[in-house]
Amino acid sequence: METLEQIAARITAAMPEAKVAIVPNPALPGQSSLRLSHDCAVAVARFLRDDAALRLDYCSNVTGIDWPERVIKTTVKTKQIVDGVEKEVTTVSEEFQPGCLETVYHLYSMALKHGPVVIRMRTADRADQCHMPSLTPVWKSAEFQEREAFDLYGIRFDGHPDLRRILMWDEFTDFPMRKDYREPDDYDYEPTAHDAVVEKAARHAATPAQPFAGA
Amino acid sequence: MITSLIDEELKKDLREQGVVVTTLQEVYNWGRRNSLWPLQFGLACCAIEMIAAAASRYDLARFGGEVFRPSPRQADLMIVAGTVTKKMAPQVVRLYNQMPDPKYVIAMGACAISGGPFKQGYNVLKGIDRYVPVDIYIPGCPPRPEALLQGFIELQHKIDHQKLSGPGKASFLNADTPSEYPVPAFGAHDLEPPANPDVFHPPKIERE
Repeated sequence: METLEQIAARITAAMPEAKVAIVPNPALPGQSSLRLSHDCAVAVARFLRDDAALRLDYCSNVTGIDWPERVIKTTVKTKQIVDGVEKEVTTVSEEFQPGCLETVYHLYSMALKHGPVVIRMRTADRADQCHMPSLTPVWKSAEFQEREAFDLYGIRFDGHPDLRRILMWDEFTDFPMRKDYREPDDYDYEPTAHDAVVEKAARHAATPAQPFAGA
Repeated sequence: MITSLIDEELKKDLREQGVVVTTLQEVYNWGRRNSLWPLQFGLACCAIEMIAAAASRYDLARFGGEVFRPSPRQADLMIVAGTVTKKMAPQVVRLYNQMPDPKYVIAMGACAISGGPFKQGYNVLKGIDRYVPVDIYIPGCPPRPEALLQGFIELQHKIDHQKLSGPGKASFLNADTPSEYPVPAFGAHDLEPPANPDVFHPPKIERE
């Protein structure tokens, strides 16, 4: 199979308006991925599926990632000559990264027996603009998994044929896999509490308005 | 011990002579405990062990529990075999309500008892005893078929000791004892209520 750089180059050659970024993976597997912009995502997905050299006809996995707002601190040590003496000066730069939700699709080719090619999409933010195009029209197997990402992360897939909750009940309003999810306080009986549960059980015991005091 | 008006030694002597002396309560409980019909449903891997206990190697039929009924109207025993998710819990309670009295519940495995390995999960009920009264708890993850058989036999002992009349008679004979419990509703964040206070009485934990 071609490298990801070659695939990205061919996408931009076929569709000059498409914005495709390569996301490097510094970890050991080194499995880099392609990040697609919303406006061209479905067209690029169709290209990946139908291109004769790729034929990525099987979408094996769709998952979500929650990126809360965070400040990335990078420390750089440089040597400078201050008053004629060489000193090591550390400069800390802070970069603010806004929060967003991300989906990851793993694509394989059944026909040509290769893969995976990993593609990603990001929403604008985590609040009211958590929309992205659905790839279910391209890969039918994404339907339930996009519903799962909607259910657990709150990602709205535009163009999905049946976007409902799939694991939680319809009346549920939270998104349990988000980092800021607060679970209901039902720590009324924790006989073998450990780690974080000790604190939660103690907090429950200290709360006056509890439905069941463990009578 | 089965209490009866007749002296136990005399009864034993008579039985050796071929005379059977018994009480209505004894016969009634003997019949009930040896024909417990479980409700046929499973929720997770514990159900596989339950199936193994019912199949030929372990053979629940030796104890009269092989008649798994697909309808709650014909069942005496609910074996909650597996993880009860919060989405499934109202249906389990509804099935319990549809069973006729006298009815018994076995909580099989860590999940049915407390949520087990999924206790801290966002969609797992922390024990079915939050909504229905449980007679026998069988620990294990999953419990082996032998453990289910022992739990079953313990339940038979419990039935054997239930009185039909007098003080301390079985609760199902008391018209005031409820045989149905409220089905929890799906709330915005959790099941409502998160437990039934009439049923759920966890022991008080003393913490330092």
